[in-house]
Amino acid sequence: MADDAEVQEDGAPSDVVATAPEPERLHGVPVTRSRGQEVLHPSRDELVTLVRTLRDDEGYLMCLDVTGVDYLTYEADRGLPEGIAPERFEVVVTLISHRARKRLRLRVQVPEDDPTCPSLFDVHPGTEAMEREVYDMFGIRFEGHPDLTRILMPEDWEGHPLRKDHAIGRIPVQFKAPQDAR
Amino acid sequence: MSTVDHPPFDPTSEGPQEMEPRRCVGAAELLRELGATLRMSEAEVAALVQEDPSEDQTMIINMGPQHPSTHGVLRLMLELEGETVLRTKPVVGYLHTGMEKTAEDLTYLQGPTNVTRMDYASPLFNELAFSLTTEKLLGIDGDIPERAQWIRVLMTELNRITSHLLFLATNGMDVGAVSMMVWGWRDRELGLRVLEAITGLRMNHNYIRPGGVAADLPDGWRDTVLRFLDELPESLDEYDVLLTGQPIYRERLQGVGVITPEEAIALGATGPILRSTGVPWDLRRDMPYLTYDQLDFDVVVGSYGDCFDRYAIRFHEIRESMKIVRQVLDRMPPGDYRIQDKKVTPPPRARIDESMEALIHHFKIFTEGFKVPEGEAYCAVESPRGELGCYIVSDGSSKPYRMHIRGPSFVNLQTLPHMMRGGLIADAVAIISSVDPIMGEVDR
Amino acid sequence: MAWDLNKGLEGLEHNFLTGTLEEFVKWARRMSVMPATFGLACCAIEMMGAGGPHYDLARFGMETFRASPRQADLMIVAGRVSQKMAPVLRQIYDQMMEPKWVISMGVCASTGGMFNNYALVQGVDQIVPVDVYAPGCPPGPETLLHAINTLHEKIRDGHLTRRPGEGLGLVVEQRDGQPSDQPVTLTTAGSH
Repeated sequence: MADDAEVQEDGAPSDVVATAPEPERLHGVPVTRSRGQEVLHPSRDELVTLVRTLRDDEGYLMCLDVTGVDYLTYEADRGLPEGIAPERFEVVVTLISHRARKRLRLRVQVPEDDPTCPSLFDVHPGTEAMEREVYDMFGIRFEGHPDLTRILMPEDWEGHPLRKDHAIGRIPVQFKAPQDAR
Repeated sequence: MSTVDHPPFDPTSEGPQEMEPRRCVGAAELLRELGATLRMSEAEVAALVQEDPSEDQTMIINMGPQHPSTHGVLRLMLELEGETVLRTKPVVGYLHTGMEKTAEDLTYLQGPTNVTRMDYASPLFNELAFSLTTEKLLGIDGDIPERAQWIRVLMTELNRITSHLLFLATNGMDVGAVSMMVWGWRDRELGLRVLEAITGLRMNHNYIRPGGVAADLPDGWRDTVLRFLDELPESLDEYDVLLTGQPIYRERLQGVGVITPEEAIALGATGPILRSTGVPWDLRRDMPYLTYDQLDFDVVVGSYGDCFDRYAIRFHEIRESMKIVRQVLDRMPPGDYRIQDKKVTPPPRARIDESMEALIHHFKIFTEGFKVPEGEAYCAVESPRGELGCYIVSDGSSKPYRMHIRGPSFVNLQTLPHMMRGGLIADAVAIISSVDPIMGEVDR
Repeated sequence: MAWDLNKGLEGLEHNFLTGTLEEFVKWARRMSVMPATFGLACCAIEMMGAGGPHYDLARFGMETFRASPRQADLMIVAGRVSQKMAPVLRQIYDQMMEPKWVISMGVCASTGGMFNNYALVQGVDQIVPVDVYAPGCPPGPETLLHAINTLHEKIRDGHLTRRPGEGLGLVVEQRDGQPSDQPVTLTTAGSH
């Protein structure tokens, strides 16, 4: 891997290239490429404006998916560009542009001590159920969501199952000898 | 239902639908204003119904989760005025299986067994989405042998036919044509026998695996598939007579559950729902995967966005899938049915007796699993219900760090309140049936 | 002769009339079992397949799946039971009238199946008493028919006069894809 010199773009902070992801910004936020797929890294404050701009100006009319990831026990390289501080949770939004036949992924860092994220419901009403699922499974609250309640687990369930510190809940399997049929 | 003006749609247009951004803003605001979704938690509704209901004009009743007309365990809370549905809230979660959590405990080779049980009417599509994403993470997505890709196309299109036959059967029964239930299963059985002959199982096949498919096509597969394809058109003509031309069926479905293209896009609907509104979006043609770019088929698009359009789309998609299968029969190349990379695919069983190295590879792949380089990827396929996507985050170990399946039915269910608004309860049944949700992928 | 109603048919002293009556009742019970619609997941698809024309539950008198539990005698729990669904399952079971039977179809209903995690009840016998377990993932229609026939046999043998709270707990073997002792010539596309 060649050690590249600092690259400065107009108006963009200088990023030192150390590994494969290039220092560039797309639509105003840092971008990386993961297996050939474009991934943007907005901050929580930039998220709603970015999605709105992408919808209105760039043709990303549909939000396909909103999901979360808990990076608590992740030890490898997360593939984040310079300048993005890794947090425990990530909210991953996938958008699609029918005209350009392209998908775009957004990864938003959400800290553990303040697990909130602005809701995309006003921009894409179809994110309602998906944000409820992320809340249910990870405990990330979406501000501005009209009805943030549990969707998959019973309403009185305690805990957020897809967090890494939530046990899988496996019961010990004990061998039972077959009972004689009466 | 909507006050936004539509430009005349050309349903036969092949190009991507031109959508102005303005319209989408209108739809989002409109959806919020209409207030078709009941925004109350289950606990609040439970508290509400304990009060005297006769004081209110409207009534909130519960439909499901055990009900003959819901597809699986879907519960609907309906706010009714008389028999008219005002607001609805679909309550899901009654089939939540923790599959995404289980996936973090299973290796990538065991992954398809878990994922295949999500959309259980079309299991091969789940396996395909998972395998494509794993292959992209491994970096072998360009090296999958030709034959493996053609076999995958064959199996998924056969699965599409059986899934749509299930839709026809349940849709007919929900609307009242109970004979359709029996006839639909008759033909679905023929399709399941073909799938059983090739994969070994009738359902939840675990056949499409990262690297290719599990086993080569058996001898005589061409005759088995051809026999199925030859018997199907006659049955499809029978269904046409029973359903499409029949006035009661048309009365029940035409004009019912109308959704506009802007609403469908704003809500994230994909698949037959989106195509019924006139948006000609099909991943097989617009973002092709496997060998779909070499195949000749039409994308069926509706124009009214109602239940009848969705029925007609799925009906014709059976015919299109048959067309695709015939092309695959002619063009199936010889070759490997899975990639020969020893790190990913287990060696042939016969070699285990001969070679120590083969035995070790087999052992390691089946116990520890193959390691996938770190990173994240999202791949999607066009399942009978819409865009079925798989998002995997890998940390370099042999088990996914996070696996998420974007289930099309989960997102499509959000269109239910808007489709049901203003209709009758009987229409609610027809509308759910036309959305064709499979609760396994809704709840995962 | 005092007849203790709680013991059902067991409480009757057998003479010619009551013996024939008992046989008749058992015949009626097993020849027209009405299953309640309790299809949850993949097994429900195979259950519907068993009701289809190739496997035909109607020849056992069971093609009418009653939606209302009040009218049903048999609950075939077809599919995985999640935490949210468990109270609903119990409620439906309670609404069924005696005599009632439960077939646990598939491994998810019998033991939790491949999903040994927080979300599923590990075996529906934790909630309702089960009479027959049908293994498979999913059990094909042949296995389900074998389970149903086993249930009918037990009804005929009188083993299933109801003792409240206890299920029979029989496990049947899988019969999918195996040649039957009465092979049927298929005239349509089939693999065997």
